Amino acid sequence: MRFRERQHAASAESDMTPMIDMTFQLIAFFMVVINFAEADQNERIRLPASELAKPSETPFEAPITLQLTREGTVLLMGEEVPVGAIQPLLRREREILEYRGNKPSDATIVIRADAEAQTGVAQELIKACQDTGFEKFAVRAKQEDGT
Amino acid sequence: MRVRNVGRHKEELRLMMTPMIDIVFLLLVFFIMTFKIVAPEGDFNIRMPAAAPSQSDMSDLFLPLRVRMDSDDAGRLTGVWLAEARMNDAAPFQELRERIVLIAGDDAGPGSGADDREIELDCDYNLRFEYVIDAITAVSGKVQQGEIIKLIDKIKFAPPRGAPQP
Repeated sequence: MRFRERQHAASAESDMTPMIDMTFQLIAFFMVVINFAEADQNERIRLPASELAKPSETPFEAPITLQLTREGTVLLMGEEVPVGAIQPLLRREREILEYRGNKPSDATIVIRADAEAQTGVAQELIKACQDTGFEKFAVRAKQEDGT
Repeated sequence: MRVRNVGRHKEELRLMMTPMIDIVFLLLVFFIMTFKIVAPEGDFNIRMPAAAPSQSDMSDLFLPLRVRMDSDDAGRLTGVWLAEARMNDAAPFQELRERIVLIAGDDAGPGSGADDREIELDCDYNLRFEYVIDAITAVSGKVQQGEIIKLIDKIKFAPPRGAPQP
């Protein structure tokens, strides 16, 4: 009878190993897919889609991301300003680049423009960047669904 | 004595799993809460030389191909031209791509003439930016059997038309 009681006690303990295995696998999955580049993305911007938009294998040397909203304002480093008032922020970015030993001509301006933003405003933004000394530009699009 | 020793050793070997499971679940909750599905993004390079934005820096052999896009006041596309030829209104970017394939491709196939050609996008000020991306997509490449075939990747903007006067 004594042995039987011990068997009952053992059967009451649940085996935790499969649950811990699954939990660790879930953690590993989320760690792998976590997006560290989220700081460059803003939920207000609805990017236009393109079937050719694939993530680049070689990242830009010194990217500066400018986000153009549909209202025509620019988001840069947490600040939102009209396109006409972007020059002081660009000059600050240029000073930071020069402090780090880079030239403005080496930096790439990445423009994340909303699909409904006006093209003319985007071109004004490019012009403001040119006036500050930046020369390389890239426009960003999201990968089209179903490709 | 023997029985007591065995019992003590067994108790010492038992691991405390509760704190580890607590931490593991906290990590899991953190990752679940911060998880966000984001579509992959890609970039198109734009050539905009600062000195002379309206002039081509290419050799005189090839003048830039001008793609003109008109829009209404709301920014909707109303017409696409390649040089002087108006594209079909039903599927303008499809026809644009077909013409670019004919221009950029030679006997060696599409892509071989891409290094020598340049596209200049001439857009209305109000045009929605998504049409610009559509045009860039049409001229810069095409997807064939899952692979991207490059056409013309040198793209620049002409000054916008119809800019509001200050």
